[in-house]
Amino acid sequence: MRRPVQPLAVRVTHWVNGVLLVVMAGSGLRILKAFPSLGEKGRPYAWYPFHGDPPPEALMIGGWLAGARHWHFAFAWLFVLNAIVYVTYLFASGAWRERLFSPRRDARHAWLTLLHDLRLRRGPLPPHGLYNGMQRLSYTAVLALGALSVLSGLAIYKPVQLRWLTALHGGYDAARAVHLLVLVALAAFTVLHVVQVALHPRTFVDMTLGGSRAPPSRPEGPA
Amino acid sequence: MTSPTTRRGFLGRALSSGGLLALSGLACDSRRPKEGFLGLMERVNEGFQQALFQPDRLAPELPESALTPPGRYPAYLIGREYPAAPAGWALRVGGLVQRPLVLSAADLQRLPRTRVRVRHHCVEGWSAVAAWDGVRLSELARLAGIDPRVRYVELRSFEPGYYSSWDRESALHPQTILAYGMNGNPLDRRYGAPLRLYSAVKLGYKMVKWVTEVTFLPVRTGGYWEDRGYEWFAGV
Repeated sequence: MRRPVQPLAVRVTHWVNGVLLVVMAGSGLRILKAFPSLGEKGRPYAWYPFHGDPPPEALMIGGWLAGARHWHFAFAWLFVLNAIVYVTYLFASGAWRERLFSPRRDARHAWLTLLHDLRLRRGPLPPHGLYNGMQRLSYTAVLALGALSVLSGLAIYKPVQLRWLTALHGGYDAARAVHLLVLVALAAFTVLHVVQVALHPRTFVDMTLGGSRAPPSRPEGPA
Repeated sequence: MTSPTTRRGFLGRALSSGGLLALSGLACDSRRPKEGFLGLMERVNEGFQQALFQPDRLAPELPESALTPPGRYPAYLIGREYPAAPAGWALRVGGLVQRPLVLSAADLQRLPRTRVRVRHHCVEGWSAVAAWDGVRLSELARLAGIDPRVRYVELRSFEPGYYSSWDRESALHPQTILAYGMNGNPLDRRYGAPLRLYSAVKLGYKMVKWVTEVTFLPVRTGGYWEDRGYEWFAGV
């Protein structure tokens, strides 16, 4: 039997996560619209440039505040559940070894990949397995961002019952800012990710149909 | 309705057939957030919130320096204007109690006074801080002698149609009070004078303003915002 590049568990959780991320981001932005500022009343954060600016209408899901809150808190469970399935698969299968970032093994390769992609370094990259160093770094960082989105979300959902978690973020309004900044970072990741996939369409086919591993080493993929 | 032979008509009939009704039971309709999958998950989330709720966990009491600057504390309306208390206003405490009470403003002032200075969390996302003076709801429950069957508390306003209902544990929390003072002054009408509910453990929309009636109940009722689609439990 051929070994797929992307096993079924990875493909399913990847695309389910894509849909859930859209729902969480869209409903989150509709919630933000009810108070499109950061910082407590009377003490807005000076660094935030969009005080009073509602998010773009086309990006919002949920219709109104209560609708969006129901979407957000309903689909948050599915978002967490899907992430648990993925992480469980990563560790149960041992796939984490070739998918997650290991500083000693991947740091130099990540740097070389970055220079290569920015056209600052000529010549081929040193050979690598399933992912290059930059991919491992990105896919590991985005997992951490996902975890932070849940933790900062819980901190603003339950600032009294989980007051230790809210305090860890620097308080309620700081946690709310963290929650929005995580969304910005996830959106930035997604844009770069889609650009890289467009440059390497084979990865899209693999992530959808599975693909099959070529015997010795594969040409470089997206970072 | 278009002609039954059109595609739309066919689809309409197909959607109303039994098989798809089961699916639509899990639909997500933003205008009806208490139904379908969204409604199911509100009940799941209520269980989650009740499991998280600790009756003795207090919100941090904040220093005076944390108070929101004067004029920056938001005030909200239900009707067209901030309602004035009717002549001879009094608080009625009833329901499943041994001793129903009628308390005037002066009676309330004579009861043990509690000050709560905690962060206020609005459903819209903003937070603000004020110091609220008043009587614990648990003190009124004690004075009235509530029945063991009481599981919910309903608070009604003299603003018509404005009310909310709370789970017993949140209502009897030590930081849940009926407030008649704000930041050391008598409560302003904009913030719910002569009496409003204030609590550290719920979102702002659960805190009924212009209160005139407290009823201890064995069953749950709704609320002004809750009946419009906002979540019922709304703990923080």
